[in-house]
Amino acid sequence: MAKAKQVTGAVMVVGGGIAGMQSALDLANSGYYVYLVEKSPAIGGVMSQLDKTFPTNDCAM
Amino acid sequence: MDLDKCIACGACSDKCPKRIPNEYNEGLDKRKAAYVRYAQAVPLKYGIDAENCIYFQKGKCKACQKFCPTGAVNYEQQEEVRDIQVGSVIISAGFKPFDPTPYVQYSYANFTNVVTALEFERILAASGPWMGHLVRPSDEAEPKKIAWIQCVGSREVNTCDHPYCSAVCCMYAIKEAVIAKEHSHTDLDAAIFFMDMRTFGKDFERYYEGAQEDGVRFIRSRIHSISELEDRSLQIEYATEDGQARVETFDMVVLSQGLETAPETIELCQKLDIDLSPGKFISTSCFEPVTTSRPGVYVCGALAGPKDIPLSVMEASAAACAAAGKLSSARGSLAQEQEFPEERPVAGDVPRVGVFVCSCGINIAGVVDVEAVAEYAKTLPYVTYVRNNLFSCSQDTQDKMAEVIAEEGLNRVVVAACTPRTHEPLFQETLVNAGLNKYLFEMANIRNQDSWVHSGDPEAATEKAMDLVRMAVAKAALLAPLQEVQLEVTPGAMVIGGGVSGMNAALNLAAQGYSCHLVERDNALGGNARSLRVTAQNQPIAPYLEELRERIEAEPLITVHLNTVIKEGEGFVGNFKTTLAGDSGEEVVEHGVTLICTGAGEYKPSEYLYGEDPRVMTHLEIDQAVLGGDLDLSEVNKAVFIQCVGSRDPEHPYCSKVCCTHSVESALAIKEANPEAQVVILYRDIRTFGERELLYKEARSKGVLFVRYDLEHKPEVKATDDGLMVTVRDHVLDRDLLIEADLVGLATAIVSHKSNDLAQMFKIPMDSDGWFLEAHQKLRPVDFATDGVFMAGLAHYPKPLEEAVAQAQAAVARAVTVLSSKEMMLPGTVATIDQRKCVGCGVCWTVCPYQAIDQDENGLAVVNEALCKGCGTCVASCRSGAPNLRGFTNQGVMAQILAL
Repeated sequence: MAKAKQVTGAVMVVGGGIAGMQSALDLANSGYYVYLVEKSPAIGGVMSQLDKTFPTNDCAM
Repeated sequence: MDLDKCIACGACSDKCPKRIPNEYNEGLDKRKAAYVRYAQAVPLKYGIDAENCIYFQKGKCKACQKFCPTGAVNYEQQEEVRDIQVGSVIISAGFKPFDPTPYVQYSYANFTNVVTALEFERILAASGPWMGHLVRPSDEAEPKKIAWIQCVGSREVNTCDHPYCSAVCCMYAIKEAVIAKEHSHTDLDAAIFFMDMRTFGKDFERYYEGAQEDGVRFIRSRIHSISELEDRSLQIEYATEDGQARVETFDMVVLSQGLETAPETIELCQKLDIDLSPGKFISTSCFEPVTTSRPGVYVCGALAGPKDIPLSVMEASAAACAAAGKLSSARGSLAQEQEFPEERPVAGDVPRVGVFVCSCGINIAGVVDVEAVAEYAKTLPYVTYVRNNLFSCSQDTQDKMAEVIAEEGLNRVVVAACTPRTHEPLFQETLVNAGLNKYLFEMANIRNQDSWVHSGDPEAATEKAMDLVRMAVAKAALLAPLQEVQLEVTPGAMVIGGGVSGMNAALNLAAQGYSCHLVERDNALGGNARSLRVTAQNQPIAPYLEELRERIEAEPLITVHLNTVIKEGEGFVGNFKTTLAGDSGEEVVEHGVTLICTGAGEYKPSEYLYGEDPRVMTHLEIDQAVLGGDLDLSEVNKAVFIQCVGSRDPEHPYCSKVCCTHSVESALAIKEANPEAQVVILYRDIRTFGERELLYKEARSKGVLFVRYDLEHKPEVKATDDGLMVTVRDHVLDRDLLIEADLVGLATAIVSHKSNDLAQMFKIPMDSDGWFLEAHQKLRPVDFATDGVFMAGLAHYPKPLEEAVAQAQAAVARAVTVLSSKEMMLPGTVATIDQRKCVGCGVCWTVCPYQAIDQDENGLAVVNEALCKGCGTCVASCRSGAPNLRGFTNQGVMAQILAL
């Protein structure tokens, strides 16, 4: 019988903007260890620089 | 910087002598070399930018180290290289805003008052260089007239090799214009120069119309040049649509810069051997929208093609689903559940209230006399311990607080600091770590509601802080520990709708190890996709559907119910009970989550001879005829496509998003089959967003003609002896064009099924167009406010196949966050009904926005704690005072008021 392939229950997410943060949260909340890698000193990406967002005019922050 | 020691007080930055351009504000102001990117940064820790630090560059200074109160500054830190083992990788490196500096035609480098859109975002932002005051850079005067130039670095191959549309700039420019008008003290004249207005997303068209009503001017023109006048104002030369030259002067010009992939990201992709698209985004297939060419590596966000926030968030969840798909056997093997000490019983004990007064660096202490507030707190009833913290939220303070709670035997905790919105969960966790029930906690907001708004009057602010603390203590003394309801989760799903979204949802659930019931009312799976010929990448759809069907058939975890409808639905997250009615009678299915993938329909027009002449067909009918062999495209000699049939009109005031691309694809297919054919597309705006723009470009290069019409002059179709005759008003020539046709394709709208019954059964809202309304348009695009219900596909809004697939994967990722927990804890702050006071009048269950209140067998109100969100509406509405909200009891709130 073929040996079951060992997999690692961890995921690396490269980039901590809005997409990376959401991926990381969903993975962590479903039982996986996540390494979220971000080159700048804070997560948030370009979205953190936006004032309001369309079409609801919600504050980006 | 030692992150464990940094308390983000800002002393290092205050004392740092080096000032450099602040990249967060796009260089419009300066920051220090010791800095935090922005006030709300996560992690909120200062860092030293070694490239600009005087100590690192010249060997002297160390001011930051000298003034750091916690000894967090460490110049010896070295870069560490770590090898980590992971099962899969998601790349979400995002985009870089196009930099117009090198391009003379945009005049960005030379003219101060020409700014990029991102700079303009910072100008509008309260945290920006001018604190949200609308000013122009040259003289900081308020502009009275601003122009936006669209497609800067997009749809442009001559200078910058960006053949694609950046997909977001039309909307953000409209938004900036609308917000700028709001900020302006005068009647700001905002003008947007554009080629096609691409407002194709959910609620975008309404936003565009709203902006027009607000007086934003939309000028369909690609500008010729910008020149600067003596007062630094800007003169724009442009040609109107009918060819007239115009000159207009503006105080400021905003360049709507496109999105591109950063060179270092391209390098990273090359290093990882990941294929890129012609526009230098990561290349993916429409059938697997978050899967890269490298096995095990997934992508989401703007790196997979330019896109907005909701789509990025959707893809992010989709990538999480795809990345986890092959790892489900290792789920939970590395992630650790947190363990907490046993809860200390406090019932019957005399309240021992601990009060922690926060300085928040100088945020509070700079205005409020925190020492005086702390001294005052000591005099309040039941208060047995008071302490002032520099930063209550820093990790070391949290640890200290947990120690103090245990040592002093505190059984109620009040933190006088900032807002519970952001910090309550953190402090509650500290309570739990100290063995206290987390609901024995109360916050007084002496920052946002005090020091920030009364900074000019420290004395009154201090007095108000005392009032707020007294109120919080009065409520805290009455707090009782609350138990969270534990819910078992049925580890299976119900997917309603067997189109592409539903099929993908079912397969992805199965890949993650969860069983699901796939319910389809038709007699076969496939939905609308059965009538579609190809994707936007020209991939045939029929074989793909066949493959999906085969995989579903072979999958033991999926139970397919054809010819079946939902008869009844009840229950809540983790515990749904749905009655299916099908060929073999009724069946009750229990499931933990529900995925709504019910799709949408095609609009059937009553104009353009549709239904009267067989040569007038909708998109789906043409595709079906081609697939069925009833229509041979090589025999089409003269085809006319009419766009926006039933879209962007008063009946359906939205864009159906897919029809422009569909017409262009069909036109290309006709040209491919018969290069001599004359193909004309009559459009209002061509909305080939993202890399679909390349198809539009290809169609024009192959001789497909595009003629614009507007809603006031709609085309007319007439049957003649030799065929069909289409009449359209040409804007450039200002006269009618007569076009012969042997085939007229109607780009008809996608319309909602308006499934009221499903909406009621699963307690999910619909918008006025009949699309299901997500929990949050930006950040929770596949969730509903009702927990445990998710959606994907056309039921949400018209979208192309690849977005439906991504959304299905996203809905699965979100659903798995529920399914993977065997049980769920629901918040303890729920309403209760004192049935002795209830008269069964029905006001509470009418006003409850979550339908959490039912009538029991005696006609009295009962709360379903699993549905209650603790909003308190029932409490406020009841005339007999029967409802009470745990954690916010009438007694507690009254005590707060009486304490004031």
